[in-house]
Amino acid sequence: MDVRSQIGMVFHLDKCIGCHTCSIACKNVWTDRPGTEYMWWNNVETKPGTGYPTRWEDQKAFKGGWETDGKSLQLKSTSKARIIPNIFHSPSMPSMDDYYEPWTYRYSDLFTAPEGDDQPTAVPISMVTGEPIAIESGPNFDDDLGGSAVYARNDPNLEALSPDQREQMFAIERLVFFYLPRICNHCLNPACVAACPSGALYKRGEDGIVLVNQQRCRAWRACVAACPYKKVFYNWNTGKSEKCILCYPRLETGQAPACFHSCVGRIRYLGNVLYDADRLTEIAKLPDHELVEAQRSILLDPNDPAVIEGARRNGIHESVIDSARRSPLWKFVKVWKIALPPHIEYRTFPMLFYVPPLLPVMSTNVGGKVKSDLDALFADTEKGRAPMEYMGKLFAAGNEGKLRYALKKQMAVRIARRHLTVGDVTKEEAERALAQADCTWDEADAIYRLTALANFDDRFVIPPSQREMAIEMLEDPHEHRSTAGFGFRDAPTRGA
Amino acid sequence: MNQGFQFFLFGVLPYLALAIFFLVTIQRYRQEKFSYSSLSSQLLENKKHFWGTVPFHYGILLVLAGHVVAFLIPRAVLAWNGTPWRLYVLESTALACGLLTFFGLVNVIVRRLTDAKTRKVTTPSDWIIYLLLAVQVTSGILVAYLHGWGSSWFASTVTPWLWSLVQLAPEPARLETLPLLAKVHIVNAWVLIGFFPFTRLVHVLVVPNPYLWRKPQLVVWNRPAPSSRTEV
Repeated sequence: MDVRSQIGMVFHLDKCIGCHTCSIACKNVWTDRPGTEYMWWNNVETKPGTGYPTRWEDQKAFKGGWETDGKSLQLKSTSKARIIPNIFHSPSMPSMDDYYEPWTYRYSDLFTAPEGDDQPTAVPISMVTGEPIAIESGPNFDDDLGGSAVYARNDPNLEALSPDQREQMFAIERLVFFYLPRICNHCLNPACVAACPSGALYKRGEDGIVLVNQQRCRAWRACVAACPYKKVFYNWNTGKSEKCILCYPRLETGQAPACFHSCVGRIRYLGNVLYDADRLTEIAKLPDHELVEAQRSILLDPNDPAVIEGARRNGIHESVIDSARRSPLWKFVKVWKIALPPHIEYRTFPMLFYVPPLLPVMSTNVGGKVKSDLDALFADTEKGRAPMEYMGKLFAAGNEGKLRYALKKQMAVRIARRHLTVGDVTKEEAERALAQADCTWDEADAIYRLTALANFDDRFVIPPSQREMAIEMLEDPHEHRSTAGFGFRDAPTRGA
Repeated sequence: MNQGFQFFLFGVLPYLALAIFFLVTIQRYRQEKFSYSSLSSQLLENKKHFWGTVPFHYGILLVLAGHVVAFLIPRAVLAWNGTPWRLYVLESTALACGLLTFFGLVNVIVRRLTDAKTRKVTTPSDWIIYLLLAVQVTSGILVAYLHGWGSSWFASTVTPWLWSLVQLAPEPARLETLPLLAKVHIVNAWVLIGFFPFTRLVHVLVVPNPYLWRKPQLVVWNRPAPSSRTEV
């Protein structure tokens, strides 16, 4: 057993209102520099939809993630032999057209325009070339377009549905959509790290955050193609790859990352878990439908004496073990089992989990009043507008059982709360729902509290980073005195 | 050609170029490591990129390998060329690689000129490289075409001269009989080497060979690693 600590995340999709506040918080802090305008380390996409970059889930085209024949584990996009041809021209790399060409407006036109009969307009100009452009797409042009022929109909996850199911999903009275906020998953088995020819990408041992060493990156672009979630971006100006850093400078000082902190719906949870790094390669070779359970199985119980002993042996500080005990991630993923990883079939073992949305809750209008018997109020989860197959493809690698379990339990919690707060559901009905969902009154209460009431300290259990023990703390402070965050003095510019 | 000028071109320029090459690349690596990048523009334009960069890189690597072989083992090359068909095979392969390089380079330059986004990220030093490379590749192909059997005469003129440079006793006279085009090719090569450290060409020096033997995952610890950890 090789115990390591990993910071993980849970996004509760039922609470996401698709406001993009997270994206803007991230953009303002990290990606408003030349070359990064087109990057959205955090983006929110509407599902069903094509996402950002367009159709990123289509791994036949983008070749992201790992593949296995049960014996060996290989990257889809590259290998030690293929690195030679791939280095000149990366065959499965997306181009800027797959994201969008960033633009601004020439606002000076508004006051330099000659006098005329019309209002002057600010012409859109490309943030790459500075020339006027015709805007064709943007990072969130799919917003709310759940029935769109351009976006929703081209969602790669629809492959899991039969033609009939697809037609039903897009029937006007059944139209459905929900939001999927995405950041780097800081995977346990990151494909970007494994693909980098220069070894510039790495996983931090202490907290598992995946970073790009800007000094070592040589723009071979293998990471962009290898990441199945397309969350490593190429900065066309500096000639270096960049990605979500999980706001590690904030985490190290006990603050939540910008997108977490700013989340209006409070959908985001963050905490560390202990996991067994020894078993990673073994579970990565399992068949698709076993992967959700396999990933859960390597997350270790921080109350188990053997685990605590292993953690101590690996130099994990007591305070980090303690924060793993209080971690919301542990509760959502391991105890309640209502948070699921996105597209685990890519075999990178993402450490961002989603509580699948229970939408929509149906109600029936009778004579101007909401009909309030149990069946009318809470439709069976099976009758949800988004077919189980669709949601299962997105969150459980096709293992719909895991998805049903998560949805049923959430429904049972709602029914139990209805009994307690409104009272039009009988105790027997509530208990029946809980029993069917493998849930107890205590557990339902805990889920309700962490979902609906959670304050800052419940949502974000940030392990202390123990900087006083870090190697750089032992180095000469004068060497670091005037370096600017990046660890070197000069401003990062393109070329020599 | 003036004797003094000839001595400068073939007896001084190589040392000058090599001195600049080593001093600047090392200093740049130490102080400006961030600037070591291939500065790829594939993100901005993904289709013409293939037809430029792929033929260019394969072509130039093979041609360079040929030059290095003729420098290191001239006797073996001469022996190989002892039979006419083997000479023809070598010469035509070399010319084909040269033409492949030329084809790639033309595509690279056309792409840089015509695509607005890639033109935006093309710096003056890039244009200078393209000019030097165009001169180099064109003169090389013309030499191969007009002054045939270069694989043989290279081994008996240029190789001894290069070795004289290595032995710090330059003998520029060995190149006296070479045609002008070949001299242009040689001088331009040294200019290219001298200019190399100031450009994106430095990416050649950081070719990621460790990838071939490193483990797939890379974990960096901020604290000294305990011995019980395994590497994935």
